[in-house]
Amino acid sequence: MIIYGVYIVSKSGGLIFNLDNNVPRIEHEKTFTYPLDLMLDYNPKKVSVAFNRKDGINVGHVLVAVNGTQVNGATLEDGRDVKEVLENAENYPLNLKFSRPKMTTNEKIFLASMFYPLFAIASQLSPEPKSSGIETLETDSFTLHCFQTLTGVKFIVISETGLSGMDILLRKIYELYSDYALKNPFYSLEMPIRCELFDNKLQALLDLVEKTGTLNLDK
Amino acid sequence: MSRQASRLDPKKVNSEFLTLTYGALVTQMLRDIENVEDVNKQLERIGYNMGMRLIEDFLARTSATRCLEMRETADRIQHAFRIYLNVQPTITNWSPASDEFSLQFETNPLTEFVELPPDLTNLRYSSIISGCIRGALEMVQLEVQCWFVQDQLKGDNVTEIRVKFIRRLEDAIPAGED
Repeated sequence: MIIYGVYIVSKSGGLIFNLDNNVPRIEHEKTFTYPLDLMLDYNPKKVSVAFNRKDGINVGHVLVAVNGTQVNGATLEDGRDVKEVLENAENYPLNLKFSRPKMTTNEKIFLASMFYPLFAIASQLSPEPKSSGIETLETDSFTLHCFQTLTGVKFIVISETGLSGMDILLRKIYELYSDYALKNPFYSLEMPIRCELFDNKLQALLDLVEKTGTLNLDK
Repeated sequence: MSRQASRLDPKKVNSEFLTLTYGALVTQMLRDIENVEDVNKQLERIGYNMGMRLIEDFLARTSATRCLEMRETADRIQHAFRIYLNVQPTITNWSPASDEFSLQFETNPLTEFVELPPDLTNLRYSSIISGCIRGALEMVQLEVQCWFVQDQLKGDNVTEIRVKFIRRLEDAIPAGED
């Protein structure tokens, strides 16, 4: 069982906790000669592959290093512009490292607040009155499981598809939240959860679930 | 999980420990705030803040669903008293409109060793409980009023807490729950 991530959204729709768990880090390094046979998209924030995938370097992957030097946005760590370096034939052969883009914290907060209205719309679109919001959302590469408490806090788990018993896991996470976040006198409600005990217990729970499944979680 | 074993144990700490700690809190507050009315208010506020957090624990433990009538709410509160204070209040004195009921206690663990001195007859010693009920219910979108009508500390036979339904907080009900 693979759990990719856990998110907690407060009742006002803000992301108060997120944990990335076990996301495989895909990186590809390759030496290129002039001219570069990848079509790159130069964006002030990142340099990504726009077309011509090859050797595992897929469309959408971002450039993270040139000859071992880190890339920050559109410039190298030493200040040179990535585009100029890559377009200059004298610099070749070049060793380029690509990886799958990672979500920044800001993007996560943005997505969490986007899920909030989707959840509300789902409950209103329903042909039946008094419907719940989105409980599972399935794609070909992951499933999102959402559990909303009576007080309006949403617990979201992103996992691989085809898993059962995730509702038990979600309830377990709710128990951990009520124990280690809410009983912590220094945690204020609706604020991001920065409680080490909570982190540790949650990680232990996820490790247990990944090894042995949800059947061993006693209720 | 280490927490699991203790979950089955209905009462983890000796209740005397709770009684004494609470007593220490009240006496300290009486010393710090001389006005008894203010102490009542503060105790009720502490209870309110506790209730707002405690409700999550209650829901996580019991998997309770939303109440749609006052009688269910009364049962849940009774259940909560059993979990957290190990006492079973009786639910009585329903108002004809079913919007008001009483919780009666034969014993109140918070007041086990307490005798109120004559100058503190205005003190509502256990008002943390009424605050707690109010805070917890507010988090599940029920606004109630909650007060003591009888108190063994003041010579009554039983301790009685009255709970009165005010309204449902419709705009606070989370989407997909209403």
